[in-house]
Amino acid sequence: MDEQDIQVLIDGTVHYFHRSLDKTAAVGTPYLIEDKQRISSDYTGVIGISGVRKGSVYFTAPSAMLRHILMTHGESQIDSDFMADVVGEVANTISGNARRVFGQEFTISVPTVFAGTPDFSRFRFSDRSFVIPIHWRQYHAALVVSID
Amino acid sequence: MKLLVVDDSHFIRNRISRAVAVHRIDSVITAPNGMEALRLFQKESPDLVTMDITMPGLDGIACTSAMVRLNPKVLILVVSAVADKATAIRALKQGANGFLLKPFSDDEINDSLTELLRGAGHG
Repeated sequence: MDEQDIQVLIDGTVHYFHRSLDKTAAVGTPYLIEDKQRISSDYTGVIGISGVRKGSVYFTAPSAMLRHILMTHGESQIDSDFMADVVGEVANTISGNARRVFGQEFTISVPTVFAGTPDFSRFRFSDRSFVIPIHWRQYHAALVVSID
Repeated sequence: MKLLVVDDSHFIRNRISRAVAVHRIDSVITAPNGMEALRLFQKESPDLVTMDITMPGLDGIACTSAMVRLNPKVLILVVSAVADKATAIRALKQGANGFLLKPFSDDEINDSLTELLRGAGHG
């Protein structure tokens, strides 16, 4: 992935929060993590990428942020299942939207969601992953892009 | 009129069900996957369907095709994050009547459903 590809996913992240929530998210400066380093928060939604590009994209966020997102949408059922659902939907939407630029060969899986420490063992990761920090209201989340 | 909302995300099913404020729609039912959607489709005969694409098992495009074969008059709005043109064209070729890209606002889902009904002469 090059800088332009990362920018597609940054734009997608900004677009997601702008279009579906009441307050725009700020995106921090992306940074690289090497080898087997992984970052994660309370809930994580992973999308497997196959086709011409291979790897994974995941969105990870604290439960307080996901609760706030659910409340913003008027959801009354605010529990672990719904927080996992939201984290998967955010990962799915940002990855799916990227096909506008990357094309249909950017094949995305259905999201796999984790509460707590994710089991990344069955996902393919590149040697280097880009972390895109996301700040929405007082919360901090991240989109991690690890594609060959 | 009856609306069937098909999406593997419970959060999205609830969002669409809550947001729908098209006065002709008086009943909303939901399905979490393509197979359950087809079962409900045959049992409940909805007039309108919102259809996700990326779902486990039977995906939204195959499900759209099956529904149109069962009832060619059904109106199907694909609501998906998958943003490439080829996928939208494929959905329309299988019989979908419209395409709304996620993320969407409540106004956008209502506008899209209203437009679909108007286009089918229900306006």
